[in-house]
Amino acid sequence: MYSFDVVRPKSVADAVAALGEEEAQALGGGQTLIPSLKQRLAMPSVLVSLASIDEIKGVSSEGGAVKIGGGTTHGAVAREVASSYPALAAMASNIGDPAVRNRGTVGGSLANNDPAACYPAAALASGATIVTNTREIAADDYFQGMFTTALEEGEIITAVSFPIPEKAAYIKFEQPASRFALVGVFVAKFGDGVRVAVTGASEEGVFRWTEAEAALSGDFSAAALDGLSVPADGLMTDLHGSAAYRAHLIGVLTKRAVAQA
Amino acid sequence: MTKVTMTVNGKSVSKEVRGNMLMTEFLRDELHLTGTHVGCDTSQCGACNIHVNGENVKGCTIFAAECDGAEVGTIEGQANADGSLNAIQQAFQDHHGLQCGFCTPGMVMSAASLLKENPKPTEAEIRHYLEGNICRCTGYHNIVKAIMAASGQDVSSIAAE
Repeated sequence: MYSFDVVRPKSVADAVAALGEEEAQALGGGQTLIPSLKQRLAMPSVLVSLASIDEIKGVSSEGGAVKIGGGTTHGAVAREVASSYPALAAMASNIGDPAVRNRGTVGGSLANNDPAACYPAAALASGATIVTNTREIAADDYFQGMFTTALEEGEIITAVSFPIPEKAAYIKFEQPASRFALVGVFVAKFGDGVRVAVTGASEEGVFRWTEAEAALSGDFSAAALDGLSVPADGLMTDLHGSAAYRAHLIGVLTKRAVAQA
Repeated sequence: MTKVTMTVNGKSVSKEVRGNMLMTEFLRDELHLTGTHVGCDTSQCGACNIHVNGENVKGCTIFAAECDGAEVGTIEGQANADGSLNAIQQAFQDHHGLQCGFCTPGMVMSAASLLKENPKPTEAEIRHYLEGNICRCTGYHNIVKAIMAASGQDVSSIAAE
């Protein structure tokens, strides 16, 4: 790693001030950033740890939604939304491994927007609102391509508000070495329609499968998806799977998610 | 350099550290507690697992500066006060839960966290919890058996003798 300092502000205001320094970078749980630093893929002068800011941790309920502080770990989400939003809890409880879940945070995952991460699918399918220190961003406007989001420099995710669907499920086809999603599909059924978000597949990161949403909004059953498929164009190909294989998995996993929801 | 103060296995320690010093480096190089192993150094293998404020974390993926003020537990603090092996360590010995021993500190630390959260885990729950602890010798059967035994449960159905 290159050399840098670590500072640990106790409030969002102090963190925002610290991030105003040249080459400052926010540090959430560090479960992606620290491995990246080891590979010298980043060269910050100062890391601003968000882990000591109590005001961005914890889960609360608000009018049909769960609001999760950006600094809440996956392990805490798995425990604390188990009764209010079980599909979200199940998703969180299968990220990485227990030690990773004790450090990694929802805000960190969404800020990084890894194209194979689980949280982007949950946020997009739920129609979540990403709350920062300056504004609220709808999930539909937030994800802007692989590792790219609507966040400005120095902007901090303070909370994420997930509307609670009538039914939902997330199915991840796990890449066994990394435990990231080779493909993951989150299906959420609301009173006014169904949202389907796919991670792990596209070169543009998480996306909504709108044809499946239309079919499922009329008939929420796996059979409603018969004959629908996602074109392989624009999907990722790597040593773990071809674009065509990923396209096939999207169809299979969406059906499984509907069946499980 | 930043000064950090933390409690490691019940003892208070203070040191000046670089911002980029990992907990594995702090424990091994500064405190000479070499029981916490560095296997992959990429947060996959779990040989470096330690407890920070009671939670199981990867020592290679957390900075010493992030542990300022924390209660830290390592494998060196796991034995009973009289120096005898604790129930988990003894079960690893009794059930041959290790061969080369490299992964064992991390396995024992993970097992302790699992049994704290879930005192009577099923075999499937143990295997799921150990997803982040890699062993290249045992094939895991005897590790699972040892953790089952440490939880006071019957192990006869776990793996072939």
